[in-house]
Order: sequence, then structure tokens, then C-alpha cells
Amino acid sequence: MGGFPILSIMLVVPLIGAITCLFLEARAARSLALLATLVNLVLGIVLWRNYDIGGAQWQFTESANLFAGFQYALGIDGIALMLIMLSVFLMPICIGASWEAVKTRVSEYMAAFLLMETLMIGTFAAQDIFLFYIFFEAGLIPMYLIIGIWGGDNRIYASYKFFLYTLLGSVLMLIAMFWMVNVAGTSSIPALMQYDFDPQAQTLLWLAFFASFAVKMPMWPVHTWLPDAHVQAPTAGSVLLAGVLLKLGGYGFIRFSLPMFPEASAQFAWLIFALSMVAVVVTSLIALVQHDMKKLIAYSSVAHMGIVTVGLFSFNIQGLEGAMIVMLSHGLVAGALFLCVGVIYDRLHTREIDRYGGLSINMPAYATLFLLFTMASIGLPGTSGFVGEFLSLAGIYQVSSTVAFVCTTGIILGAGYMLYLYRRVAFGEQKNADAAALPDLSLREYALLTPIAAVVLWMGVYPESFLAPMRADIATLDARLARAAPAGDAMIRFAEPETYASTHNAGSIEPTAAQPAASEAAIKEAL
Amino acid sequence: MDYAASFALIAPELVLTIVGLGLLLVCAWGGDKSARAVSILACVALGGAFALVAPVVCSGAAGPDTLAFGGLFAADAFAGFAKLLIFAASGAALVVAPRYFDKVAVMRPEFAVLVLFATVGMCIMVSATNLMTLYMGLELNSLAAYVLAAFLRNDERSGEAGLKYFVLGALASGILLFGMSLIYGFTGTVSFAGIRTALTGELSTGALFGLIFVLSGLAFKISAVPFHMWTPDVYEGAPTPVTAFFASAPKVAAIALTTRITIEAFGTQVDAWRQVLIFAALASIVVGALGAIGQSNIKRLLAYSSINNVGFILIGLAAASVAGVSAMLVYLAIYVAMTVGSFVAVLMLRGEDGSYLESIDDLAGLSRTRPVLAWCLMALMFSLAGVPPLFGFWGKFVVFQAAVEADLIWLAALGIAASVIGAFYYLKIVKVMFFDAPAGTATGKADAAHWALLLVATIFISPLGYGLNGWLGWLADRAAAGLFPAI
Repeated sequence: MGGFPILSIMLVVPLIGAITCLFLEARAARSLALLATLVNLVLGIVLWRNYDIGGAQWQFTESANLFAGFQYALGIDGIALMLIMLSVFLMPICIGASWEAVKTRVSEYMAAFLLMETLMIGTFAAQDIFLFYIFFEAGLIPMYLIIGIWGGDNRIYASYKFFLYTLLGSVLMLIAMFWMVNVAGTSSIPALMQYDFDPQAQTLLWLAFFASFAVKMPMWPVHTWLPDAHVQAPTAGSVLLAGVLLKLGGYGFIRFSLPMFPEASAQFAWLIFALSMVAVVVTSLIALVQHDMKKLIAYSSVAHMGIVTVGLFSFNIQGLEGAMIVMLSHGLVAGALFLCVGVIYDRLHTREIDRYGGLSINMPAYATLFLLFTMASIGLPGTSGFVGEFLSLAGIYQVSSTVAFVCTTGIILGAGYMLYLYRRVAFGEQKNADAAALPDLSLREYALLTPIAAVVLWMGVYPESFLAPMRADIATLDARLARAAPAGDAMIRFAEPETYASTHNAGSIEPTAAQPAASEAAIKEAL
Repeated sequence: MDYAASFALIAPELVLTIVGLGLLLVCAWGGDKSARAVSILACVALGGAFALVAPVVCSGAAGPDTLAFGGLFAADAFAGFAKLLIFAASGAALVVAPRYFDKVAVMRPEFAVLVLFATVGMCIMVSATNLMTLYMGLELNSLAAYVLAAFLRNDERSGEAGLKYFVLGALASGILLFGMSLIYGFTGTVSFAGIRTALTGELSTGALFGLIFVLSGLAFKISAVPFHMWTPDVYEGAPTPVTAFFASAPKVAAIALTTRITIEAFGTQVDAWRQVLIFAALASIVVGALGAIGQSNIKRLLAYSSINNVGFILIGLAAASVAGVSAMLVYLAIYVAMTVGSFVAVLMLRGEDGSYLESIDDLAGLSRTRPVLAWCLMALMFSLAGVPPLFGFWGKFVVFQAAVEADLIWLAALGIAASVIGAFYYLKIVKVMFFDAPAGTATGKADAAHWALLLVATIFISPLGYGLNGWLGWLADRAAAGLFPAI
């Protein structure tokens, strides 16, 4: 692509769209927003087509020096590419989902969504740590407005909770960033990913980043903003929240916590495992007793994110690849499930599960698609959910069979609550007359759901298309993590920073050779 | 140095003084009719002084060449930077005032003259390199400010504000003078350079007492916790243009003065005053944030917000480094824009009959009734909360960066965590404007001059402000570097 600044253009297109939308009327704003997101989708496809698999680690790089050592540096690797694709793919669907549902202050709504798109792409593409922070944090403003203005009854509480939780998480990260840049002397993310911080300092830095990413992820017990925000957000807001915003936490772990602080990551793996196990089991059980469809799916999101975190902190290739696929798959599937809820919510204006029933009789097409996404959420082979969960669990099994066992329970519980939801909504008697009279999917709703269904099946049948761009980057990350990776089966032996410190020479870029060999041997022995 | 050179150095102050005295005569003979002309002339004088100071800042002047009257007064780049902010804030107060007073009572020409004298006082404060000069400037500014606070003679709240400000201000001056006398007693000199030399080595208890008293007196002036109690009452009671003035210009002056005295006079005893500043900074952030939560009057809320912001500025000073002082100056510049913008937005909230509204409830649903005003105010609030990409974030960014570089990591972490509490009440304003049903009270038209000021402030704190950043940072760096004596 030469010097063509495609990433900058992808940032600018929705930004210009957002500013223009503010001055337009409702109809024109809708069309313009759709146009801008479609243009970005096309640009995203061009980006993917031109991404050179096996080429340089960082591609499409752009960089310009700004003030005070600040850099406007963009560039993507395979991981960022996939997440950007997810964002640009879901955005037109979000706009479509709010086509008729949003009636008040349409132009501001569209502007907020387009602004979100810019900020999300910026977060994934930023190569300067402070630029990343600005994009990461700026997303709070439009999301606060989206939840607060167009949300449901309890929207004010949800919007506050969302804003303050995430803000508290990220400000601590900012302090950690200052420290890192001060010590390493660079704010470039690729350089920092190679820099070896003092293992003692890593502990605090890791915790500061963890505070931010755990809230965004969200991990138990700081997940409580999510069900509130989801229930109160409009349908498209939920899709955006589940589809892309939740991925920021996982992206943060894979981009910052793991490569920048490998020793601390190993040191705290027990924490991640413990929280994830609790998340998977407890939130699944909570999901089982929900009466509100959106809340149920929100809790299932927390459970799925638990699988992502154990995958990430399994320190091996399967786990990392699995975590990435779960993130992508969850973005699509949870997004689609929220759309499914939105479809019937728009008709009956309630999310109460008991108000529905027997929808498969009067809405067969809807019931079919809903079933597909339910199965994908459970992780049925052939859907994207299976690939990701299988890989993640295979990865974690190498580290700890106990953790793998507990997390697998979550999959069974997942089948439980999703099938229970589906049975109550789609099967059984048509006990409510108004629900029985609902019309089936409209053309617009077909156009929203079928592309997601296609991609879910594609990812389930041939995940290689999605794994190939990320493979080299995950291998690089795995190599970097090797020296700290905890060894062997259920006997979890977490790395200790003190032993590493003795062999550590401060400031060296090359990882020490002795350590990975030792831990690899330990793994082989254990297997 | 001869007197001619000294007078050349204080040219901006001379311009303001002479114009102020001249305008006072105009007031005496012209009466209220001359109010508008006096205001305009005062603005022109401020513009002239601005033009005189600007080259000093751009050239980064520092060192012995900038000392006037045998080292009583320094016209260096640091003072210049603060003076530019003071002139801009005073000018803004003069621009917004006439319409307000015309509606509430009658615009009296003395207002502009008092602002000019206060400005001269502030210029002397930021340029003071001697305890005597310092006190003279401080009192000149304070005396004018007491009258300004009580400017609406028929309004009880304004009179109350003036009286409170005067009593507590006098107390603060007393504390300051007592501290200065101790310093003089233990060092034998009143010049900053002399104090610096005398205070090398171990600090005697008496001098330490003096230092604490001086800092306490100054903390009153910058309304840092625990000497902040007067701020909400005075800000609420004083006429809104005066509040806008109090929250911006004197604050810049007092903070610049505190910086100069801590860095220049007490620069060898950093550890002695750093802990005081750290406490004041954290306490200001927390008390400012918590105090604002329950407020229903916007001016009171902004008063707590200014206490909160002072905390962040003091973090930059506690770093006691060139980067810290430079960060503080950048923060001050952004703070002045945010404060002036917020108060102008408050001035633009007018009822159907043109009356001025001050209650947060009146903001309800503003995004539907007056969208542009609501969007501007939202940008200002998020900027005050320090949320990127607005420019207010940059102020916090540089301050905390300097603190981390100075190894004050825990201060930075605590300060930034406490800033989240502050975000709560800024969010509340956005919530009231955007999420609540319209109250329908704020329907009156606003003045063109107010619109212009609000838009300038909003553009400055919007992401476009980052365009100025390189330049602002460069000026602040040079100004701060000149303050640190070659050691």
C-alpha cells in the first residue's frame, strides 16, 4: 500500500461523518452514518486484503512527531487487524439496528456512534502508549451519552456506574504509563513490548494496568457495571458494548500486560485464574435465574470473558489463539443475541422472558437465527464459539487441569442457561396473545442478522482465515512469554520474580536464553 | 542599574497604573454615563500591557538583566507568562461585566478601574523578588478585590461576600506578615536571593515556622485546603463577572507568587515545604471534589471545582522541578480558559425576562432548548474532569508526568485516583443538561460578546487546543527554566 495512510483515513471518515451528522436532520443523519460506516467497512476489507501475512510485524505504520515527545504513531499487527475488522463489521449493523428504534435526537445519536468507531479503531491502531490512552479513555464520553440519553428507565445510574468504574480503572494505568515511559525513555508501544522492566517494578505496573483492563473486560468482581449498562443501553449500544468495547480489556492484556510484564503476569496468573473461575461459574449461575433477556446475555458475556482471560494467561499458543477467537466470536455472537433481543423488544417493548413464548410458531425465521446464535454462544462444533473455547481450554489444560475442569463446567452451565432461555422464548405454548401475534423478521432485520450468521459459521468451519494473520504475532508473544511461563499440569508452579531477578540484566532487549529452555523442559516433562 | 532601565522593565505596570489613575478622574467627573467608555479604555490598556509583556515571554528573558530597582522586582519570562494569563482573564471580566451590571443594577465605571488596580497588584505579586514587594502587590490586589466582591451595594449576598472576603483576607495577610517577620528575623534579609543564601544547611525551627506561616497565608489566597472556607461563600455572593475574575486572575497571581517564593527563596529547603504542599494538594483535591457533590448552585460548585484544580496545580509545584513548574504553567493556562468559559456559560443562562440564573436545576434539558450552549458547557465540564481528548486532560497529563518524573509516584497515584471523585459532579452537570427533561427556565437570549468568549474558550479546550500545545509547552518550559537559579 506504499505510503497510503489508510489507517488515518479510517479514523477520519467516521470523524467527519460524526461532525456532519450533528448539523443534519434525522433522515439524512441516518443515511450519512450508514454511508460512513460502510465506507469504513470497505476500507477495512482493503486493509485485510493488503495485510501481508508473514510480513513485517507492524504494517501500515504511520508516524509523525508531535509536541513534547508525543507521537502520532499508527500501525497494526494481526491481532489489531482482526479487532479492527470486528469493529468495522459491527458498526453498519449497529447503525441499521437503530434505524427505526431510535426516534429522539437521531443526529446526535448517529454522531456519537461514529465518534465511537473512530475511537475504537484508534485504540487498536495506536502505536504510542499515550495515544492509545487518549483513544481508550475518550470512548467514555460518547458511551456515557449513549447510555444516558437513549437508554432505558434506570439509565442515569447505569451511565454513572459505567463512567466512574472505567475512569478509576484507567487513571491508575496512566500513572503506570508515566513511570514506564520515564524509565524506558520511549513511548512507542512496539519498543516497550521489547523492553524488560525490573521484575519488582513489574508487579505494581501490572496491577495498575490490571485495574484498568479488568474493569473494561469485565472480570468478576468488577463486572457489575456491565449488566446495568447493557440492560439500559439501546440495542445498538449493547451490540457495540458487547461487540467491541469489551474487547478493549482483552486487547489491553495481550498488548500491554503480557508482553511488557511477562514475569508479573506469571506471578499473578493465579489471581487471573481464580477470578476467571469464579466468573465462569458464578455469573453462569446468575444468568440461569435472570428474568430479563438482556441481563442474561450480559452475564453470559462476563462468563465468556472469563474463558478469554484464562486463555490469555495460559502462556501458550493454543490458549492465546483461543482467547483471540473467543473474543472475536463473542463480539459477533453476543452482538447478534442482543440484536435478537432487540428485534422482539421493538415489537413488544419488554425484555421480560415470561412475556414471550412459542415464538417459533409465528416467527420461524427469527427462531432459526436465534437458535443458531444460541448454539454459537454455547459453543456447538461448527460455530465460532466452539473453536475459541476449545482452543482456550486446550491451552489452559496444559497449565492446570483443575482450572480447565472448572472452566469447562462453565460451558455446561452456558448450555443450561442459553437453552433454558431459548426454550422459554421460542418453544412451548403461545401463552401470551400479543407475543403470538408478532410478525416475523423484516427485510432490515434479515440484513442485520444474516451477515453475522454467515461469519459465525465461517469462523466455525474454517477458522484459519482468522487465525492466519494473527499466527506470527501470537508466536512472537509466546516466545517472549516463554521465559516466565508457569510449567506443567495441575501442579501450578508460578514464576518467582526473585529467581528471575538474579539472572536479569536491567535494560537488555534480548530475553535471557536459559529461562525459556528450562521451562520448556519442565512442560515436556509434565506432558 | 539606573532608574531609566528599571522604569523600562516595569513599563506594563506603569501603563496600567497611569491609565487606571486617569480613568479614575474620568469616573469622578463623568459619572455612570462614562461606564462603557471607561471599560473599553481599560481593555485597551490591558491590551497594551499584554503587547509589552509578550516579547519578554517569547524571548524567555531571565537573569540579572530583568531585575529592576536593585532586585526588588523581576520582569522575567516566568512573571511574563503569568501576567499574560492575568491580562487575558481581567480582560474577559471587563468584557462580560457591563451587560451583567446593566441588567442587575447599573454599570458603574469604577468597576473597570478597580479591575485595573487589582491587575497592577497582581503584576507586582508575580514579579516580586522581595518580601516587601510581595506584600505590597498582594495588598493592592486584595484591597481592590474586597471592593469588587461587594460591588453590588444593594445586594445582601454581595455585601456579605465582601465582608467575609475582607475579614478572612486580612487574617491571611496577618498570618503571612507574621511568617515574613519570622523569616526576616532568622535570615536578616527580605530579598528572596538573600533568604536563599541564608537558608542553606540545616533549617532552624524559627525559620521553619516562618516558612509554614508564609505558606499558610498564601494558601488562603490560592484557596487551598485547609484555608479554603471562604471560597464558596465569596464566589456565590460576588457578582458573577467578579467571580469569574476571582477564580482566574488572582488565582494565577497567587500561585505564581507561591511558586516564586518556594523555588527562589526556599529552594534550598525543598523537603521542608514539599510535605506541606503535598498535604495541601491532596486535601484540596479530595475536599474540592467531595464538597462539590452536594451543591445546587453552579457558582458554589465551580468554587469547589477551583479548589479541586488548585490541588492539581500544587502537585506540579510539589515536584519542584523545571518540568513541574512548566506543567503548572500549562495547567494554569488551560485552567484560566476553562474557568472563564464556565463562568461565561453561567452568565449566559438567563430567564425569559433576562434575569440571571444560578441553580443547577435551571440547566435541566439545556441540550434541547439551547444545544450549542449545552455542548460548549459539556466540553468544559469534561475538560475540567480531565477526560481526553479535551485539553483539560493535557493539563493533568503534564502535571502528573512531572510528579512521576520527580519520583512522587504515590502522590500522583492518589491524586489521580481522587480526581475520579471529581469527575462525579462534572458528570452530574452533563447529566442534568443532557438526560433530564427540559426545565424551560433558561430561555433568555445571551449577549454576542458572551458568545464570542464562550466559543473562544471552548475551542481552546477542545481537541483543537492541542494544536497550540507545542507553542504553549515551549513558552512554559522557558519561563520555568528561568525561575530556577543556576545551581
